[in-house]
Amino acid sequence: MAQTYFSEDHEWIVVEGDSATVGITDYAQAQLGDIVFAEVPPAGTKLEKGKEAAVVESVKAASDVYAPVTGTVTEANAALEADPALVNTSPEQDGWFFKLTLADPSELDGLMDEAGYKAFVDSL
Amino acid sequence: MTDAPTQNDGVADDDVIDEAPAALPLDAWHEAKGARMVAFAGYLMPIQYEGIMPEHHWVREHAGLFDVSHMGQLLLSADDGFDGLDEAIEALVPADVKSLVLGKMRYSLLLAENGGILDDLMLSRWPGGIYVVVNGATKYDDLAHLREHLPDEITINHLDDRALLALQGPEAAVALARIVTGEYGLDALTFMTGGRYEIAGVEAWISRSGYTGEDGFEISIPAVAAEKVADALCAQPEVKPIGLGARDSLRLEADLPLYGHDLDEETTPIAAALGFALSKRRREEGGFPGHERLMIEREQGAILKRVGLVVEGRQPVREGAPVLDGEGNAVGRVTSGGFSPTLQKPIAMAYVPTASAVPGTAITLEQRGKLFTGIVTPMPFVPHRYHRKGA
Repeated sequence: MAQTYFSEDHEWIVVEGDSATVGITDYAQAQLGDIVFAEVPPAGTKLEKGKEAAVVESVKAASDVYAPVTGTVTEANAALEADPALVNTSPEQDGWFFKLTLADPSELDGLMDEAGYKAFVDSL
Repeated sequence: MTDAPTQNDGVADDDVIDEAPAALPLDAWHEAKGARMVAFAGYLMPIQYEGIMPEHHWVREHAGLFDVSHMGQLLLSADDGFDGLDEAIEALVPADVKSLVLGKMRYSLLLAENGGILDDLMLSRWPGGIYVVVNGATKYDDLAHLREHLPDEITINHLDDRALLALQGPEAAVALARIVTGEYGLDALTFMTGGRYEIAGVEAWISRSGYTGEDGFEISIPAVAAEKVADALCAQPEVKPIGLGARDSLRLEADLPLYGHDLDEETTPIAAALGFALSKRRREEGGFPGHERLMIEREQGAILKRVGLVVEGRQPVREGAPVLDGEGNAVGRVTSGGFSPTLQKPIAMAYVPTASAVPGTAITLEQRGKLFTGIVTPMPFVPHRYHRKGA
């Protein structure tokens, strides 16, 4: 049964067993505005929790996307290259960034659930 | 997800003032229109309403209302019996001020002794003197410079009780015509001229000018009446309020440099590709700061020159990215960079060695350890559509 977690950096992560899919939240895409480019890490990239994992560019600014957990990328979302606006139109479905294998599932304990994230965003 | 520390959202360090940002006359109006406000040039300004991309397209297709009240509006006037106003101003700028007839407007530069650019500005002949519009982030420095260098017989009036709006886009004239009365019909108000009008019963100085490359108007009105005029303009179906974000992408497409980014004290008008701002008479007669150096640069070229680049791929290269030579040495830099909503590709302004400033030349750029290729491209990237005389 898949479980969804959220980071304070506005990434979401859907976990099933030891594999997970990562993207940015609807709140994040709304803050960024129209995404014109997304650079996602290729399969095999080792990511460290809290470190840069991907870059998204809006008309005006570049922003980092951080890895919410440590792990190894198994697949990057190739669709973002041709259609980076998927991040705006479907941030929590088709606009996912990458899939990875978790190195340490206990890292998930430090993340928020959906209700926790909603309260966090409301507090901003 | 946060803004990357090496990147820039178009706000230079020197635009950021430590003091709490001040509110402009339309502050509450922007908030009511759903604007996201940011600190810029010491003021809270609307960065966007519905989004940079749709706002950008709206201006290219219809008409957008910009609040540029952060800019400095000055009136330089001569005391009774003093007839040296034009000459005194000409000692500080390379424009032909003497030939500026009533209502005409001219782009110029406030120059340092070495020919570096202290600010870029607009000069207009008003019945009572020369009306000057300067950048918001530099206006207090400009005022100090003018006070120091202009003779005592010239009064410098900072018109800080006035707001400044810009209405820009191909439908701007149609929208404005419905609510304006004035000296001449809008059709006779051609690019780079101004006149006295009334909008919604409010006295206004309106010039046919702007910062988007589109036809449009800049509208100086009393600050107390700013909301009334903004409401009257936005009541027109062609007009939507537009934020600073789209203003930046529009001006970048239109080859309009931004002071503090594409222009600064280290840059000369020749390096900045603004040689047109040095009028023929002034080039010949001299008498403005940096004349000797600028004439040499005009002959021989400056070391660096501002060019436009179309960046290959989809990823924008931002302000600050170095220009590299064949050995990997930094020989120039990007001063503005972003994604062009009109062209749907990344574009930039950069200073490159003058020998490379030839259309078609491939320029190597570096950003966050990654190399990019920018092709030198004639500017403007998007053609100007000004309402010119005789057009």
